[in-house]
Amino acid sequence: MEAVLFFAAALGALAGAIGVVAFRNPFYGVLALIVHLFSLAVLFLLLSSAFVAAAQVVVYAGAVMVLYAFVVAYVGGDTEPAWDPIPGQRFLAPLLGAALFVELSIAVLGSSLVALGTDGPDVGPGFGDPAAIGHLLLERFLLPFEASSILLLLAAVGAVVLAGKRGAA
Amino acid sequence: MNVEWYVVLSSLLFAIGATGILIRRSPVVILLCLELMLNAGNLALVAFSRMVGNQQGQVFAIVVMVVAACEVVIGLGLIVAIFRRRLPLDVDELTELRG
Repeated sequence: MEAVLFFAAALGALAGAIGVVAFRNPFYGVLALIVHLFSLAVLFLLLSSAFVAAAQVVVYAGAVMVLYAFVVAYVGGDTEPAWDPIPGQRFLAPLLGAALFVELSIAVLGSSLVALGTDGPDVGPGFGDPAAIGHLLLERFLLPFEASSILLLLAAVGAVVLAGKRGAA
Repeated sequence: MNVEWYVVLSSLLFAIGATGILIRRSPVVILLCLELMLNAGNLALVAFSRMVGNQQGQVFAIVVMVVAACEVVIGLGLIVAIFRRRLPLDVDELTELRG
């Protein structure tokens, strides 16, 4: 059962990712990314991290993707011209991507981490639930938590400054 | 499921995102591909956290989500600003910063 779910979600994630790269129209790309994010949330659930999965669906697939959809609708989802000024880019880029994949796989699988070939240790039902993550965030990682809130505030102000009505310029 | 599978899947997704950044020229799609790469990193973080049996990797993944949200907001703000100035939305034609 777990294996079936994993392969279904993995297929969904891969299909979404390839869709993002392949669709000409950015709006379809946004929709493909939503499929990808939902599949990733299933994978997170399989890895028994319920809170990250919920945050993925609510924050990413909900909020961030709505922002993307609005911006694509605003700037117009015009399709980009077929292919391109740099000769050979179309063939070279997938080649480089494949090389990157092989390299990453060798780096990780060759790293002789003991638990890599296992399912990981048995964890209780409380592993990765909101209470546990909340305790970690507000006790052990309080400083990074506050720093990330400042980062979010700065990003919001920066976006308003960048995209807001300009006087001169 | 073996943790290896998750890690290999995450590196595959990362490679797909990198390929997308190399191929595409619309800044919106490049941002989408960046999301792919960040999420691949998140998957690896959560998989390793499960492998060790330690939840701190999940906190890391949440911080990565925050950083990704900031990056999206700034990137989309830039795109809207570019669009407002009637500049082409094509990274090959936006060459003012080229040395």
